[in-house]
Amino acid sequence: MSSILSVPRISRRAGKVWRRNLDVFIKTWKVNFFPPLIEAFLYLSAIGLGIGTYVGAIDGVPYINFIAPAVLAISAMNSAFFECTYGSYVRMYYQKSFDAIIATPLSIEDVIAGELLWGATRAVISVTIMLPVLVVFKVVSLPFSLLTIPLAFFGGLTFAGLAMCFTAITPTIDTLNYPSFLLITPMMLFSGTFFPLTILPVLFQYLALAIFPLTHLVSLMRMATLPAAGSLIFLNIAWLLVATVFFCIISINLMRRRLIV
Amino acid sequence: MPGIIEADDLTKTYNDTTAVSHIRFSVQKGEIFGFLGPNGAGKTTTMRMIQCVSPRTSGTLRVFGMDPAINPAEIKQRIGVVPQETNLDPDFTTEGNLLTFARYFDIPETEAQKRVENLLAFVSLTEKRKTSIDKLSGGMKRRLILARALINNPDLLILDEPTIGLDPQARHLIWERLRLLRSQGNTIVLTTHYLDEAARLCDRLVIMDHGTFLVEGTPAALVRDQVVSEIIEMDNTPEVIACLSDLGVPFESLGEQVQVATDSSRELAKTLLDRCKNSRISTRPATLEDVFLKLTGRTLRE
Repeated sequence: MSSILSVPRISRRAGKVWRRNLDVFIKTWKVNFFPPLIEAFLYLSAIGLGIGTYVGAIDGVPYINFIAPAVLAISAMNSAFFECTYGSYVRMYYQKSFDAIIATPLSIEDVIAGELLWGATRAVISVTIMLPVLVVFKVVSLPFSLLTIPLAFFGGLTFAGLAMCFTAITPTIDTLNYPSFLLITPMMLFSGTFFPLTILPVLFQYLALAIFPLTHLVSLMRMATLPAAGSLIFLNIAWLLVATVFFCIISINLMRRRLIV
Repeated sequence: MPGIIEADDLTKTYNDTTAVSHIRFSVQKGEIFGFLGPNGAGKTTTMRMIQCVSPRTSGTLRVFGMDPAINPAEIKQRIGVVPQETNLDPDFTTEGNLLTFARYFDIPETEAQKRVENLLAFVSLTEKRKTSIDKLSGGMKRRLILARALINNPDLLILDEPTIGLDPQARHLIWERLRLLRSQGNTIVLTTHYLDEAARLCDRLVIMDHGTFLVEGTPAALVRDQVVSEIIEMDNTPEVIACLSDLGVPFESLGEQVQVATDSSRELAKTLLDRCKNSRISTRPATLEDVFLKLTGRTLRE
Protein backbone atom coordinates (compact mmCIF):
# COMPACT_ATOMS: atom_id res chain seq x y z
CA MET A 1 0.00 0.00 0.00
CA SER A 2 1.05 3.55 -0.61
CA SER A 3 2.51 5.49 2.28
CA ILE A 4 0.80 8.33 4.07
CA LEU A 5 3.38 10.72 2.63
CA SER A 6 3.24 9.64 -1.00
CA VAL A 7 2.12 12.35 -3.39
CA PRO A 8 -1.47 11.64 -4.48
CA ARG A 9 -2.42 11.60 -8.16
CA ILE A 10 -4.88 14.42 -8.72
CA SER A 11 -6.50 15.26 -12.04
CA ARG A 12 -8.12 18.48 -13.23
CA ARG A 13 -11.46 16.78 -12.49
CA ALA A 14 -11.00 18.03 -8.90
CA GLY A 15 -12.35 21.32 -10.26
CA LYS A 16 -15.75 19.70 -10.76
CA VAL A 17 -16.13 19.08 -7.03
CA TRP A 18 -15.09 22.68 -6.40
CA ARG A 19 -17.72 23.77 -8.90
CA ARG A 20 -20.40 21.63 -7.23
CA ASN A 21 -19.73 23.33 -3.90
CA LEU A 22 -19.71 26.76 -5.54
CA ASP A 23 -23.11 26.04 -7.14
CA VAL A 24 -24.58 25.17 -3.74
CA PHE A 25 -22.96 28.25 -2.20
CA ILE A 26 -24.43 30.53 -4.86
CA LYS A 27 -27.89 29.00 -4.41
CA THR A 28 -27.79 29.96 -0.74
CA TRP A 29 -25.79 33.19 -1.14
CA LYS A 30 -28.07 35.20 1.13
CA VAL A 31 -27.19 33.17 4.21
CA ASN A 32 -23.54 33.03 3.18
CA PHE A 33 -22.97 36.68 2.35
CA PHE A 34 -23.93 38.49 5.55
CA PRO A 35 -22.05 36.68 8.34
CA PRO A 36 -18.57 37.91 7.28
CA LEU A 37 -19.92 41.42 6.80
CA ILE A 38 -21.46 41.48 10.27
CA GLU A 39 -18.47 39.73 11.82
CA ALA A 40 -16.09 42.42 10.53
CA PHE A 41 -18.36 45.15 11.81
CA LEU A 42 -18.75 43.57 15.26
CA TYR A 43 -15.03 42.90 15.79
CA LEU A 44 -13.99 46.36 14.71
CA SER A 45 -16.53 48.19 16.82
CA ALA A 46 -16.37 46.06 19.98
CA ILE A 47 -12.69 45.22 20.17
CA GLY A 48 -11.16 47.87 17.89
CA LEU A 49 -13.10 50.89 19.05
CA GLY A 50 -14.27 49.62 22.44
CA ILE A 51 -11.11 48.06 23.89
CA GLY A 52 -8.99 50.22 21.60
CA THR A 53 -10.07 53.29 23.56
CA TYR A 54 -8.12 51.95 26.55
CA VAL A 55 -5.22 50.42 24.65
CA GLY A 56 -4.49 53.35 22.39
CA ALA A 57 -1.63 52.24 20.14
CA ILE A 58 0.69 49.25 19.84
CA ASP A 59 4.20 50.08 18.54
CA GLY A 60 2.78 53.31 17.17
CA VAL A 61 -0.07 51.56 15.33
CA PRO A 62 -3.63 52.48 16.42
CA TYR A 63 -5.18 49.42 18.13
CA ILE A 64 -8.02 49.10 15.64
CA ASN A 65 -5.48 49.06 12.78
CA PHE A 66 -3.47 46.45 14.70
CA ILE A 67 -6.36 44.02 14.97
CA ALA A 68 -7.80 44.65 11.48
CA PRO A 69 -5.52 42.09 9.71
CA ALA A 70 -6.16 39.60 12.55
CA VAL A 71 -9.89 39.87 11.93
CA LEU A 72 -9.25 38.92 8.30
CA ALA A 73 -6.89 36.07 9.18
CA ILE A 74 -9.25 34.63 11.80
CA SER A 75 -12.13 34.75 9.37
CA ALA A 76 -10.04 33.03 6.69
CA MET A 77 -9.07 30.35 9.21
CA ASN A 78 -12.64 29.77 10.41
CA SER A 79 -14.16 29.65 6.91
CA ALA A 80 -11.67 27.11 5.62
CA PHE A 81 -11.46 25.07 8.81
CA PHE A 82 -15.18 24.72 9.40
CA GLU A 83 -15.91 24.11 5.71
CA CYS A 84 -13.48 21.18 5.63
CA THR A 85 -14.46 19.74 9.02
CA TYR A 86 -18.22 19.93 9.53
CA GLY A 87 -19.04 20.79 5.90
CA SER A 88 -16.96 18.01 4.38
CA TYR A 89 -18.01 15.52 7.05
CA VAL A 90 -21.69 16.15 6.33
CA ARG A 91 -21.09 15.67 2.60
CA MET A 92 -19.01 12.55 3.20
CA TYR A 93 -21.01 10.80 5.92
CA TYR A 94 -24.59 12.06 5.91
CA GLN A 95 -25.11 12.96 2.27
CA LYS A 96 -22.89 10.17 0.87
CA SER A 97 -21.85 12.66 -1.78
CA PHE A 98 -18.29 11.34 -2.02
CA ASP A 99 -19.57 7.79 -2.63
CA ALA A 100 -21.81 9.06 -5.39
CA ILE A 101 -19.04 11.09 -7.02
CA ILE A 102 -16.42 8.35 -7.05
CA ALA A 103 -18.80 6.20 -9.10
CA THR A 104 -18.05 8.68 -11.91
CA PRO A 105 -14.61 9.16 -13.51
CA LEU A 106 -13.47 11.16 -10.47
CA SER A 107 -11.17 9.47 -7.97
CA ILE A 108 -11.29 9.97 -4.21
CA GLU A 109 -8.10 12.04 -4.56
CA ASP A 110 -9.89 14.35 -7.00
CA VAL A 111 -12.83 14.69 -4.62
CA ILE A 112 -10.73 15.62 -1.59
CA ALA A 113 -8.54 17.98 -3.61
CA GLY A 114 -11.72 19.70 -4.81
CA GLU A 115 -12.94 20.00 -1.23
CA LEU A 116 -9.60 21.52 -0.12
CA LEU A 117 -9.66 24.04 -2.97
CA TRP A 118 -13.20 24.90 -2.01
CA GLY A 119 -12.20 25.40 1.65
CA ALA A 120 -9.48 27.83 0.52
CA THR A 121 -12.03 29.57 -1.70
CA ARG A 122 -14.36 30.04 1.26
CA ALA A 123 -11.50 31.87 3.01
CA VAL A 124 -11.06 34.11 -0.05
CA ILE A 125 -14.79 34.85 -0.16
CA SER A 126 -14.87 35.82 3.53
CA VAL A 127 -11.86 38.11 3.27
CA THR A 128 -13.18 39.68 0.08
CA ILE A 129 -16.49 40.49 1.76
CA MET A 130 -14.78 41.86 4.91
CA LEU A 131 -12.15 43.99 3.25
CA PRO A 132 -14.51 46.80 2.10
CA VAL A 133 -15.76 47.14 5.70
CA LEU A 134 -12.17 47.60 6.85
CA VAL A 135 -11.62 50.15 4.10
CA VAL A 136 -14.71 52.08 5.19
CA PHE A 137 -13.39 52.08 8.77
CA LYS A 138 -10.12 53.44 7.30
CA VAL A 139 -8.08 50.86 9.21
CA VAL A 140 -6.25 49.26 6.27
CA SER A 141 -4.22 50.90 3.54
CA LEU A 142 -4.76 50.39 -0.15
CA PRO A 143 -3.59 49.04 -2.51
CA PHE A 144 -1.31 46.73 -0.48
CA SER A 145 -4.26 45.41 1.54
CA LEU A 146 -5.52 43.72 -1.62
CA LEU A 147 -2.70 41.22 -1.02
CA THR A 148 -4.81 39.82 1.83
CA ILE A 149 -7.00 38.16 -0.82
CA PRO A 150 -4.31 35.86 -2.30
CA LEU A 151 -3.00 35.42 1.26
CA ALA A 152 -6.48 34.22 2.26
CA PHE A 153 -6.29 31.52 -0.40
CA PHE A 154 -2.83 30.45 0.72
CA GLY A 155 -3.68 30.42 4.44
CA GLY A 156 -7.11 29.00 3.68
CA LEU A 157 -5.53 26.01 1.98
CA THR A 158 -3.34 25.45 5.06
CA PHE A 159 -6.38 25.34 7.33
CA ALA A 160 -8.42 23.32 4.84
CA GLY A 161 -5.66 20.67 4.79
CA LEU A 162 -5.40 20.68 8.59
CA ALA A 163 -9.18 20.41 8.91
CA MET A 164 -9.39 17.55 6.41
CA CYS A 165 -6.86 15.56 8.47
CA PHE A 166 -9.25 15.72 11.43
CA THR A 167 -12.24 14.89 9.23
CA ALA A 168 -10.40 11.84 7.93
CA ILE A 169 -9.81 10.40 11.39
CA THR A 170 -12.81 11.58 13.41
CA PRO A 171 -15.10 8.73 14.47
CA THR A 172 -18.24 10.93 14.64
CA ILE A 173 -19.23 14.49 13.89
CA ASP A 174 -19.26 15.29 17.62
CA THR A 175 -15.58 14.53 18.07
CA LEU A 176 -14.83 17.31 15.58
CA ASN A 177 -15.58 19.61 18.51
CA TYR A 178 -12.20 18.73 20.04
CA PRO A 179 -9.99 20.36 17.40
CA SER A 180 -12.43 23.26 17.27
CA PHE A 181 -12.13 24.08 20.95
CA LEU A 182 -8.69 22.75 21.79
CA LEU A 183 -6.88 24.05 18.72
CA ILE A 184 -8.83 26.73 16.87
CA THR A 185 -9.94 28.77 19.91
CA PRO A 186 -6.49 29.02 21.58
CA MET A 187 -4.98 29.71 18.17
CA MET A 188 -7.41 32.55 17.65
CA LEU A 189 -6.30 34.16 20.94
CA PHE A 190 -2.57 33.47 21.08
CA SER A 191 -1.28 34.00 17.54
CA GLY A 192 -0.40 37.67 17.71
CA THR A 193 -4.00 38.50 16.89
CA PHE A 194 -5.29 40.85 19.59
CA PHE A 195 -1.92 41.55 21.26
CA PRO A 196 1.66 41.21 20.00
CA LEU A 197 3.39 37.88 20.59
CA THR A 198 6.33 39.72 22.16
CA ILE A 199 4.48 40.27 25.44
CA LEU A 200 4.25 36.49 25.96
CA PRO A 201 7.05 34.57 27.74
CA VAL A 202 9.74 33.60 25.21
CA LEU A 203 8.86 29.91 25.38
CA PHE A 204 5.28 30.66 24.35
CA GLN A 205 6.46 32.92 21.57
CA TYR A 206 8.45 30.07 20.06
CA LEU A 207 5.58 27.69 20.60
CA ALA A 208 3.16 29.99 18.77
CA LEU A 209 5.60 30.28 15.88
CA ALA A 210 6.28 26.57 15.81
CA ILE A 211 2.77 25.11 15.96
CA PHE A 212 0.17 27.76 15.12
CA PRO A 213 -0.39 28.33 11.40
CA LEU A 214 -2.45 31.40 12.29
CA THR A 215 0.62 33.15 13.75
CA HIS A 216 2.18 33.17 10.30
CA LEU A 217 -0.98 34.14 8.47
CA VAL A 218 -1.69 37.07 10.82
CA SER A 219 1.91 38.21 10.51
CA LEU A 220 1.73 38.23 6.69
CA MET A 221 -1.67 39.88 6.58
CA ARG A 222 -0.50 42.60 8.98
CA MET A 223 2.46 43.30 6.70
CA ALA A 224 -0.04 43.80 3.86
CA THR A 225 -2.53 46.04 5.67
CA LEU A 226 -0.11 48.40 7.50
CA PRO A 227 1.80 48.09 5.07
CA ALA A 228 5.24 47.23 6.46
CA ALA A 229 7.42 44.23 5.64
CA GLY A 230 8.46 42.50 8.86
CA SER A 231 11.59 40.58 9.69
CA LEU A 232 9.72 37.27 9.76
CA ILE A 233 8.36 37.48 6.22
CA PHE A 234 10.45 34.62 4.80
CA LEU A 235 9.92 32.41 7.83
CA ASN A 236 6.16 33.04 7.63
CA ILE A 237 5.96 32.19 3.93
CA ALA A 238 8.20 29.15 4.20
CA TRP A 239 6.37 27.79 7.26
CA LEU A 240 2.96 28.13 5.62
CA LEU A 241 4.19 26.64 2.36
CA VAL A 242 5.62 23.54 4.02
CA ALA A 243 2.62 23.14 6.32
CA THR A 244 0.15 23.47 3.46
CA VAL A 245 1.84 20.85 1.30
CA PHE A 246 2.21 18.56 4.31
CA PHE A 247 -1.39 18.85 5.54
CA CYS A 248 -2.92 18.56 2.08
CA ILE A 249 -0.96 15.44 1.14
CA ILE A 250 -1.59 13.72 4.47
CA SER A 251 -5.28 14.58 4.48
CA ILE A 252 -5.83 13.12 1.01
CA ASN A 253 -3.99 9.92 1.93
CA LEU A 254 -5.89 9.60 5.21
CA MET A 255 -9.18 10.11 3.42
CA ARG A 256 -8.35 7.42 0.86
CA ARG A 257 -7.53 5.11 3.74
CA ARG A 258 -10.87 5.88 5.36
CA LEU A 259 -13.06 5.61 2.27
CA ILE A 260 -11.40 3.12 -0.08
CA VAL A 261 -11.63 -0.38 1.38
CA MET B 1 -15.15 -13.29 -27.80
CA PRO B 2 -14.13 -11.82 -24.42
CA GLY B 3 -17.03 -10.56 -22.31
CA ILE B 4 -17.73 -7.07 -21.00
CA ILE B 5 -16.57 -8.28 -17.60
CA GLU B 6 -14.06 -11.10 -17.13
CA ALA B 7 -13.18 -12.19 -13.61
CA ASP B 8 -10.90 -15.04 -12.69
CA ASP B 9 -9.88 -16.17 -9.22
CA LEU B 10 -11.21 -12.83 -7.96
CA THR B 11 -10.72 -12.43 -4.21
CA LYS B 12 -11.34 -9.69 -1.68
CA THR B 13 -10.39 -9.79 1.96
CA TYR B 14 -10.98 -7.16 4.65
CA ASN B 15 -8.48 -7.61 7.45
CA ASP B 16 -9.20 -11.20 8.45
CA THR B 17 -12.52 -11.78 6.73
CA THR B 18 -12.82 -13.01 3.19
CA ALA B 19 -15.72 -11.27 1.48
CA VAL B 20 -15.22 -12.75 -1.97
CA SER B 21 -13.26 -15.92 -2.51
CA HIS B 22 -11.79 -17.03 -5.85
CA ILE B 23 -14.82 -16.39 -8.03
CA ARG B 24 -14.79 -16.70 -11.78
CA PHE B 25 -17.39 -15.33 -14.16
CA SER B 26 -17.86 -13.64 -17.48
CA VAL B 27 -20.62 -11.26 -18.50
CA GLN B 28 -21.43 -11.01 -22.21
CA LYS B 29 -22.53 -7.95 -24.09
CA GLY B 30 -26.30 -7.41 -24.06
CA GLU B 31 -27.24 -9.75 -21.23
CA ILE B 32 -28.74 -9.18 -17.80
CA PHE B 33 -26.56 -11.01 -15.31
CA GLY B 34 -27.76 -11.43 -11.71
CA PHE B 35 -26.00 -11.99 -8.41
CA LEU B 36 -28.24 -13.57 -5.77
CA GLY B 37 -27.43 -14.45 -2.24
CA PRO B 38 -28.26 -13.79 1.39
CA ASN B 39 -26.91 -10.73 3.21
CA GLY B 40 -23.15 -10.83 3.54
CA ALA B 41 -22.73 -13.23 0.63
CA GLY B 42 -20.27 -10.89 -1.13
CA LYS B 43 -22.55 -9.46 -3.83
CA THR B 44 -22.02 -5.79 -3.05
CA THR B 45 -18.28 -6.30 -2.65
CA THR B 46 -18.19 -7.85 -6.12
CA MET B 47 -20.15 -4.90 -7.55
CA ARG B 48 -17.77 -2.43 -5.89
CA MET B 49 -14.75 -4.14 -7.40
CA ILE B 50 -16.32 -3.99 -10.88
CA GLN B 51 -17.14 -0.32 -10.47
CA CYS B 52 -13.50 0.44 -9.57
CA VAL B 53 -14.20 1.81 -6.09
CA SER B 54 -12.86 -1.13 -4.12
CA PRO B 55 -9.45 -2.59 -5.05
CA ARG B 56 -9.30 -6.38 -5.35
CA THR B 57 -7.01 -8.37 -3.10
CA SER B 58 -5.98 -10.93 -5.73
CA GLY B 59 -7.03 -12.55 -8.98
CA THR B 60 -7.75 -10.86 -12.27
CA LEU B 61 -10.58 -8.57 -13.25
CA ARG B 62 -11.14 -6.88 -16.60
CA VAL B 63 -13.97 -4.53 -17.48
CA PHE B 64 -14.17 -3.63 -21.19
CA GLY B 65 -10.80 -5.36 -21.37
CA MET B 66 -9.23 -2.87 -18.95
CA ASP B 67 -7.92 -3.34 -15.43
CA PRO B 68 -9.82 -1.38 -12.71
CA ALA B 69 -6.54 -0.91 -10.84
CA ILE B 70 -4.91 0.79 -13.85
CA ASN B 71 -7.67 2.53 -15.84
CA PRO B 72 -10.42 3.35 -13.31
CA ALA B 73 -11.42 6.67 -14.90
CA GLU B 74 -11.69 5.16 -18.40
CA ILE B 75 -13.84 2.30 -17.12
CA LYS B 76 -16.02 4.53 -14.95
CA GLN B 77 -16.64 6.83 -17.91
CA ARG B 78 -18.53 3.94 -19.54
CA ILE B 79 -20.51 2.51 -16.61
CA GLY B 80 -23.63 3.64 -14.78
CA VAL B 81 -24.16 2.70 -11.15
CA VAL B 82 -27.35 2.36 -9.10
CA PRO B 83 -26.08 1.92 -5.53
CA GLN B 84 -27.93 0.07 -2.81
CA GLU B 85 -28.00 3.16 -0.65
CA THR B 86 -29.79 6.24 -1.97
CA ASN B 87 -27.07 8.87 -2.30
CA LEU B 88 -28.74 11.62 -4.28
CA ASP B 89 -27.38 15.07 -3.57
CA PRO B 90 -29.86 16.80 -1.20
CA ASP B 91 -28.37 20.20 -2.03
CA PHE B 92 -29.87 20.05 -5.54
CA THR B 93 -33.25 19.56 -7.22
CA THR B 94 -34.19 16.53 -9.30
CA GLU B 95 -32.90 18.18 -12.44
CA GLY B 96 -29.90 19.66 -10.59
CA ASN B 97 -28.79 16.19 -9.53
CA LEU B 98 -28.66 15.04 -13.14
CA LEU B 99 -26.94 18.17 -14.40
CA THR B 100 -24.29 18.05 -11.67
CA PHE B 101 -23.64 14.40 -12.46
CA ALA B 102 -23.39 15.15 -16.17
CA ARG B 103 -20.54 17.52 -15.39
CA TYR B 104 -18.59 14.77 -13.63
CA PHE B 105 -18.68 12.90 -16.95
CA ASP B 106 -17.52 15.92 -18.96
CA ILE B 107 -20.82 16.13 -20.84
CA PRO B 108 -21.20 19.59 -22.39
CA GLU B 109 -23.97 21.76 -20.93
CA THR B 110 -26.31 21.77 -23.96
CA GLU B 111 -25.96 18.03 -24.49
CA ALA B 112 -26.57 17.49 -20.75
CA GLN B 113 -29.79 19.53 -20.91
CA LYS B 114 -31.03 17.36 -23.76
CA ARG B 115 -30.19 14.13 -21.95
CA VAL B 116 -31.81 15.31 -18.70
CA GLU B 117 -35.00 16.05 -20.64
CA ASN B 118 -35.07 12.54 -22.12
CA LEU B 119 -34.10 10.77 -18.89
CA LEU B 120 -36.71 12.56 -16.79
CA ALA B 121 -39.32 11.40 -19.30
CA PHE B 122 -37.82 7.89 -19.31
CA VAL B 123 -38.33 7.52 -15.53
CA SER B 124 -41.59 9.54 -15.50
CA LEU B 125 -40.26 12.40 -13.38
CA THR B 126 -40.64 15.32 -15.80
CA GLU B 127 -43.14 17.06 -13.53
CA LYS B 128 -40.78 16.79 -10.56
CA ARG B 129 -37.82 18.43 -12.28
CA LYS B 130 -37.72 21.44 -9.93
CA THR B 131 -38.56 19.45 -6.78
CA SER B 132 -35.96 19.15 -4.05
CA ILE B 133 -34.78 15.64 -3.23
CA ASP B 134 -36.27 15.43 0.25
CA LYS B 135 -39.75 15.98 -1.20
CA LEU B 136 -39.51 12.88 -3.46
CA SER B 137 -41.05 9.55 -2.43
CA GLY B 138 -38.86 6.46 -2.08
CA GLY B 139 -39.93 5.19 -5.49
CA MET B 140 -39.21 8.52 -7.15
CA LYS B 141 -35.75 8.60 -5.60
CA ARG B 142 -34.92 5.14 -6.97
CA ARG B 143 -36.16 6.15 -10.41
CA LEU B 144 -34.07 9.31 -10.27
CA ILE B 145 -31.03 7.24 -9.34
CA LEU B 146 -31.67 5.05 -12.37
CA ALA B 147 -31.86 8.17 -14.54
CA ARG B 148 -28.65 9.44 -12.96
CA ALA B 149 -26.90 6.16 -13.76
CA LEU B 150 -27.89 6.57 -17.42
CA ILE B 151 -26.66 10.17 -17.85
CA ASN B 152 -23.42 9.05 -19.54
CA ASN B 153 -25.16 6.56 -21.90
CA PRO B 154 -23.32 3.70 -20.19
CA ASP B 155 -22.33 0.51 -21.99
CA LEU B 156 -22.61 -1.33 -18.68
CA LEU B 157 -25.20 -0.70 -15.99
CA ILE B 158 -24.54 -1.96 -12.46
CA LEU B 159 -27.51 -2.13 -10.11
CA ASP B 160 -27.18 -3.07 -6.45
CA GLU B 161 -30.66 -3.96 -5.18
CA PRO B 162 -32.41 -1.68 -7.69
CA THR B 163 -35.96 -2.15 -6.41
CA ILE B 164 -35.36 -2.40 -2.68
CA GLY B 165 -38.30 -1.06 -0.66
CA LEU B 166 -40.42 -0.19 -3.68
CA ASP B 167 -44.13 -0.76 -4.21
CA PRO B 168 -45.19 -3.15 -7.01
CA GLN B 169 -46.00 -0.28 -9.41
CA ALA B 170 -42.53 1.21 -9.10
CA ARG B 171 -40.87 -2.21 -9.35
CA HIS B 172 -42.71 -3.02 -12.55
CA LEU B 173 -41.77 0.34 -14.03
CA ILE B 174 -38.09 -0.26 -13.26
CA TRP B 175 -38.20 -3.82 -14.66
CA GLU B 176 -39.81 -2.58 -17.82
CA ARG B 177 -37.15 0.11 -18.22
CA LEU B 178 -34.36 -2.39 -17.66
CA ARG B 179 -35.74 -4.72 -20.33
CA LEU B 180 -35.98 -1.76 -22.68
CA LEU B 181 -32.34 -0.92 -21.99
CA ARG B 182 -31.30 -4.50 -22.68
CA SER B 183 -33.19 -4.46 -25.97
CA GLN B 184 -31.08 -1.43 -26.90
CA GLY B 185 -27.93 -3.49 -26.42
CA ASN B 186 -27.00 -2.46 -22.87
CA THR B 187 -25.30 -4.92 -20.58
CA ILE B 188 -26.76 -5.04 -17.09
CA VAL B 189 -25.37 -6.57 -13.91
CA LEU B 190 -27.60 -6.58 -10.85
CA THR B 191 -27.84 -7.95 -7.34
CA THR B 192 -31.15 -8.72 -5.71
CA HIS B 193 -32.82 -10.44 -2.80
CA TYR B 194 -36.05 -10.72 -4.72
CA LEU B 195 -36.10 -14.07 -6.41
CA ASP B 196 -39.09 -13.25 -8.57
CA GLU B 197 -37.17 -10.23 -9.80
CA ALA B 198 -34.19 -12.38 -10.72
CA ALA B 199 -36.39 -14.99 -12.41
CA ARG B 200 -38.16 -12.34 -14.50
CA LEU B 201 -35.16 -10.24 -15.48
CA CYS B 202 -31.97 -12.24 -15.58
CA ASP B 203 -30.68 -14.08 -18.62
CA ARG B 204 -28.12 -15.76 -16.40
CA LEU B 205 -27.48 -15.64 -12.70
CA VAL B 206 -25.29 -16.95 -9.95
CA ILE B 207 -26.29 -17.76 -6.39
CA MET B 208 -23.57 -16.70 -3.97
CA ASP B 209 -22.94 -17.47 -0.34
CA HIS B 210 -19.93 -16.92 1.91
CA GLY B 211 -18.03 -15.26 -0.93
CA THR B 212 -18.27 -18.14 -3.41
CA PHE B 213 -20.62 -19.19 -6.18
CA LEU B 214 -22.93 -22.09 -5.41
CA VAL B 215 -24.50 -22.41 -8.86
CA GLU B 216 -24.60 -20.56 -12.15
CA GLY B 217 -27.06 -20.76 -15.05
CA THR B 218 -30.32 -19.52 -16.50
CA PRO B 219 -33.17 -19.21 -13.99
CA ALA B 220 -35.15 -22.01 -15.66
CA ALA B 221 -32.20 -24.40 -15.79
CA LEU B 222 -31.36 -23.76 -12.15
CA VAL B 223 -34.89 -24.65 -11.03
CA ARG B 224 -34.89 -27.74 -13.24
CA ASP B 225 -31.47 -28.96 -12.12
CA GLN B 226 -31.62 -28.15 -8.45
CA VAL B 227 -35.13 -29.05 -7.39
CA VAL B 228 -37.89 -31.17 -8.77
CA SER B 229 -40.65 -29.53 -10.75
CA GLU B 230 -43.49 -29.35 -8.22
CA ILE B 231 -43.95 -28.73 -4.53
CA ILE B 232 -46.85 -30.18 -2.52
CA GLU B 233 -47.72 -28.28 0.65
CA MET B 234 -49.68 -29.85 3.53
CA ASP B 235 -50.53 -28.98 7.15
CA ASN B 236 -47.87 -29.81 9.68
CA THR B 237 -49.83 -32.18 11.96
CA PRO B 238 -48.71 -35.40 13.63
CA GLU B 239 -51.19 -37.36 11.46
CA VAL B 240 -49.69 -35.99 8.25
CA ILE B 241 -46.14 -36.66 9.46
CA ALA B 242 -47.06 -40.22 10.42
CA CYS B 243 -48.83 -40.76 7.13
CA LEU B 244 -45.90 -39.46 5.05
CA SER B 245 -43.46 -41.56 7.06
CA ASP B 246 -45.61 -44.66 6.49
CA LEU B 247 -45.65 -44.01 2.76
CA GLY B 248 -41.90 -43.41 2.76
CA VAL B 249 -42.26 -40.02 1.07
CA PRO B 250 -39.35 -37.64 1.82
CA PHE B 251 -40.61 -34.32 3.21
CA GLU B 252 -39.46 -31.13 4.90
CA SER B 253 -41.39 -29.62 7.78
CA LEU B 254 -41.40 -25.84 8.03
CA GLY B 255 -43.44 -24.35 10.85
CA GLU B 256 -47.12 -24.73 9.99
CA GLN B 257 -46.33 -26.54 6.77
CA VAL B 258 -44.92 -29.73 5.37
CA GLN B 259 -43.41 -29.59 1.90
CA VAL B 260 -42.95 -32.53 -0.42
CA ALA B 261 -40.91 -32.09 -3.57
CA THR B 262 -41.95 -34.27 -6.49
CA ASP B 263 -41.85 -34.70 -10.24
CA SER B 264 -45.30 -36.27 -10.46
CA SER B 265 -47.36 -34.10 -8.19
CA ARG B 266 -50.73 -35.15 -9.57
CA GLU B 267 -50.33 -38.86 -8.77
CA LEU B 268 -48.64 -38.25 -5.46
CA ALA B 269 -51.26 -35.65 -4.43
CA LYS B 270 -53.99 -38.13 -5.23
CA THR B 271 -52.31 -40.81 -3.12
CA LEU B 272 -51.79 -38.38 -0.28
CA LEU B 273 -55.40 -37.20 -0.46
CA ASP B 274 -56.57 -40.79 -0.18
CA ARG B 275 -54.19 -41.83 2.55
CA CYS B 276 -53.54 -38.75 4.68
CA LYS B 277 -56.88 -37.41 5.83
CA ASN B 278 -57.55 -34.19 7.65
CA SER B 279 -55.09 -32.04 5.79
CA ARG B 280 -55.36 -29.41 3.15
CA ILE B 281 -53.23 -30.22 0.13
CA SER B 282 -52.03 -27.74 -2.44
CA THR B 283 -49.50 -28.08 -5.20
CA ARG B 284 -47.44 -25.37 -6.91
CA PRO B 285 -44.57 -25.28 -9.40
CA ALA B 286 -41.08 -25.06 -7.90
CA THR B 287 -39.48 -21.59 -8.09
CA LEU B 288 -36.08 -20.01 -7.85
CA GLU B 289 -36.88 -19.37 -4.20
CA ASP B 290 -36.91 -23.11 -3.56
CA VAL B 291 -33.49 -23.37 -5.20
CA PHE B 292 -32.21 -20.44 -3.18
CA LEU B 293 -33.41 -21.81 0.15
CA LYS B 294 -32.19 -25.29 -0.66
CA LEU B 295 -28.70 -24.00 -1.41
CA THR B 296 -28.30 -21.30 1.25
CA GLY B 297 -30.39 -22.81 4.04
CA ARG B 298 -33.12 -21.23 6.11
CA THR B 299 -30.99 -19.82 8.90
CA LEU B 300 -31.46 -16.09 9.37
CA ARG B 301 -28.48 -13.96 8.30
CA GLU B 302 -26.99 -10.88 9.92
